[in-house]
Amino acid sequence: MDIAFVIEKFVLVAIIFGISLLIAMYSTYAERKVAAFLQDRLGPDRAGPFGILQPLADGVKMFMKEEIIPSNASKWLFMVGPGLAMLTACIGTAVIPWGSNITIGDRVIPLQVTDINVGILYIFGVVSLGVYGVMIGGWASNNKYSLLSAIRAASQNISYEIAMGLSIIALLLVTGTMSLKEIVEQQHGWHWNILYQPLGFVIFMVCAFAETNRAPFDLPECETELIGGYHTEYSSMKLGFYLFAEYINMFVSSAVMATLYFGGYNYPGMDWVLLHTGPVIGPLIGTFVFFIKIFAFIFFFMWVRWTIPRFRYDQLMHLGWKGLIPLAIANIIITGIVIAIIEKF
Amino acid sequence: MGTSVFYFVATLSVIFSLMVIFSKNPVHSVLYLIVTFFTFTVHYILLNAQFLAVVNFIVYMGAIMVLFLFVLMLLNLNKDNEPLKSGAVKVVGVIAGCCLVVTLVGSLKATAVSDPVILRNPNLGLLKNLGKELFGPFMLPFELSSILLLSAMVGAVLLTKKEKV
Repeated sequence: MDIAFVIEKFVLVAIIFGISLLIAMYSTYAERKVAAFLQDRLGPDRAGPFGILQPLADGVKMFMKEEIIPSNASKWLFMVGPGLAMLTACIGTAVIPWGSNITIGDRVIPLQVTDINVGILYIFGVVSLGVYGVMIGGWASNNKYSLLSAIRAASQNISYEIAMGLSIIALLLVTGTMSLKEIVEQQHGWHWNILYQPLGFVIFMVCAFAETNRAPFDLPECETELIGGYHTEYSSMKLGFYLFAEYINMFVSSAVMATLYFGGYNYPGMDWVLLHTGPVIGPLIGTFVFFIKIFAFIFFFMWVRWTIPRFRYDQLMHLGWKGLIPLAIANIIITGIVIAIIEKF
Repeated sequence: MGTSVFYFVATLSVIFSLMVIFSKNPVHSVLYLIVTFFTFTVHYILLNAQFLAVVNFIVYMGAIMVLFLFVLMLLNLNKDNEPLKSGAVKVVGVIAGCCLVVTLVGSLKATAVSDPVILRNPNLGLLKNLGKELFGPFMLPFELSSILLLSAMVGAVLLTKKEKV
């Protein structure tokens, strides 16, 4: 382990962390602009040109607000909740391959923090931990609405995790590896997994919506029934952390979906581009394409939120257990049979 | 380096498992249990068993403990509404504890310093090797247990279906 390696990884982590925070920040702005567009309004346009400074203004507002901890709340856990939500949102980016290797001189720099051979399972584990921030915060607030919201979040999370895991199994049958880097390399050019696993992708995406608590699955923060849900009692930057964590989750799950099903940093004609732009610019163009895919997914998240009304709670459970799980199992069986037939002939 | 890390993490495991027992609030107990499981995950990684580590992470920390927390939050056990334990219960508890200590001491005395386990393949815990092992010699038990788990899940879904009269 030489010093250069440590510095390289450190810089990469810092850049990824910065980018995810920046994207989360501007997702709040984009969300309001998209909502405004879909509802034929203007959206925020006061702070700076086109309201581009709005996230900064929101951030300052969050920091300046009074910090309130309810007197009967479990003080320590009340503070741990938002921190945990933020932490679990951020650590998912560690295994995502952001681009192919950059070669500077003799040194090959992978644009991925770590390529563990259980990459998908790591993402899955991080997703399953994500619920703790909401649960702990909701319980520690000592508020009936927050508690209800925490319980909703937990049951929703567990229910949709099963379907998500099953949809990933079908993908693993196709790819034969759990390393995210290898999965992306297999989708070279236009051989994207979406072509082989369309049903699996739909299931995975619906589950991703549910796991990130986005509409139409945002039952834990359903304001008509639960006031603010788990963050009812929160104010100031702790509330900011919860809201921020949601946008980081959205960014990470968009990146995972783009990696698993939409080829990551691959695009048609990439060999030609790589040949003509060299070993530094070429991979960076791939990263740029990857980010375009991520932004497309984030836009899709927002589009759905402002188009489809929220599910009722029993409908949510019905869809998860009786719709998605049987569908995912059927997907596994069909994929298995097709692969067996192809290998036979 | 490996040994010192092991002792550090092992100490943390012991401390947090003691906290599980000693904390008054059941929700805090569960949270300490989660941290204990996390230290177990670190142990698995130290043993080069990445797959087991991640599965421990997903299943125990991510699913089972969420359910524990879920139930305890619903029960809402507070110090205020907890019934006071009578003297008899305390006496029974002390006797049971003493029995446990005797058993533990006896079993500790019986164990000799065990031979260190030498793995034929130190990378057994890696995904590929584990998969080859599971789908090779242990094919039948593995498949049977997976069918068992699947049927349990299907059963749970079926139970929620309303019976048509």
